[in-house]
Amino acid sequence: MKEELIISGRMNPGIDPFLHIWHWHIPVYLFLGGLAAGILFFAALYTIMGREKEMPTAVKWATFVVPVALVFGLMALFFDLKHQMFFWQLYTTVRIESPMSWGAWVLMFITPLSMLWAASYIKEAIPSWEWKFKILDQIMTLVDKYRKTLAWAMLALAIILGIYTGILLSAFNARPLWNTSLLGPLFLVSGMSTGAATILWMSKDHYERRIMSMIDLVLIVVEIFFIIHLFMGFLASTAVQIEAADLFLGGQFTVSFWVFVVILGLVFPAILEILELSGRKIPAAIPALLILFGGLALRFIMVEAGQLTRYFY
Amino acid sequence: MRYAMAIDTRKCVGCSDCVVACQTENNVPIGYCRDWITETVDGSYPNVEIELRTERCNHCDNAPCVRCCPTGASHIVDGGAVLVTPNKCIGCGACIQSCPYDARYSHPEGYVDKCTFCNHRVIKGEQPACVSVCPTKCMYFGDLDDPDSDVSKALKNRKYKALAPEAGTKPHIFYMI
Repeated sequence: MKEELIISGRMNPGIDPFLHIWHWHIPVYLFLGGLAAGILFFAALYTIMGREKEMPTAVKWATFVVPVALVFGLMALFFDLKHQMFFWQLYTTVRIESPMSWGAWVLMFITPLSMLWAASYIKEAIPSWEWKFKILDQIMTLVDKYRKTLAWAMLALAIILGIYTGILLSAFNARPLWNTSLLGPLFLVSGMSTGAATILWMSKDHYERRIMSMIDLVLIVVEIFFIIHLFMGFLASTAVQIEAADLFLGGQFTVSFWVFVVILGLVFPAILEILELSGRKIPAAIPALLILFGGLALRFIMVEAGQLTRYFY
Repeated sequence: MRYAMAIDTRKCVGCSDCVVACQTENNVPIGYCRDWITETVDGSYPNVEIELRTERCNHCDNAPCVRCCPTGASHIVDGGAVLVTPNKCIGCGACIQSCPYDARYSHPEGYVDKCTFCNHRVIKGEQPACVSVCPTKCMYFGDLDDPDSDVSKALKNRKYKALAPEAGTKPHIFYMI
């Protein structure tokens, strides 16, 4: 029986007895970032496919949520920083090997882009709207003119935004629970699923709802597939990964993960959407809210559990 | 030039002089420590084996903390020591998440701090504070690329190990077992 202890009384705040340096700010940002990525992905996709008329909420109205989500997400990130006055240092360099650097730059581009995109549809939503400054009118005309180009840029940026949050966590090889290349795709699909759920909830168009329901269903199935493979991967990995997986397979996160994330957040909404698609009337708010809740729960659990997993002691 | 440290676990008595010396030399805030002592007990009395180690940042070749830092605050200097530039650090905590040895901590002033191999002493030709106070003289520090340095001579005829080599970090603190 081998026992390893720190005997010099180390109790570094945030590090001991186990790592707890990231709190609610990070999961909230991961959720809002994923949501923004999902909505912008569908907005860009349907614009590129030329289907703005059939998918008005996806292309136009849901994107109004995105700048709000991104600003709140960025604020959460800012408040998590411990050396806040130096946050601008992020923008003095591009470090390709650091996913956090990619994220800082992607957000730098996607936030104003999402604001421009949403703003370009304000006149359609509120016909009496007049921009205060003439330059804004000119900018909106430019946005309309280069809509397809902006859509392609937004598609790429949305995918990077959605996937980098998972890649960021997986780059921390010291946290065995996160150190899996499946985390990036999992977070991307989860983000797209929450985006689709929001569009589904906001949409008043029956055709659009049907399409988003079907897409969401596919995304949920893919997400469940990824989760199963996530755990298969852990169990087939080294001792530290098996210990990490054990947190979810009998350990302290078992109930919260499988009930809140999988059953309430994925399986149950999938069943409701199948029922809706086969004719039963289900208020769209229910599966949408459950999916959003599941996405938030997934991120909270992954961030907290990840910090518990380690190589030592 | 590649600085490294070798620690003779058969001579370490776990007195924690190295811990206190470091805190004094580097003005480490109360309640924090840059190095610590671990005791590994194998078996039970009377067939017991105990290994005592003084641990700190391993100043890895393939440092994940340097790779994950978004601003470049975490960097490697000449000689291989991994250092943090406080006014480039935004306190995001990415480096803390990526260190398998839990060697870093968040300084109360906001930036991230850790063992620096007493770089300010080493560039003047002195030894790190922990090495210079060790009462059993079980710690060796020097240039691994120089066959005549303390650390190279210490490692020449002894078996040694590094911590968590499977993490792929290529650490440069070696424990003579």
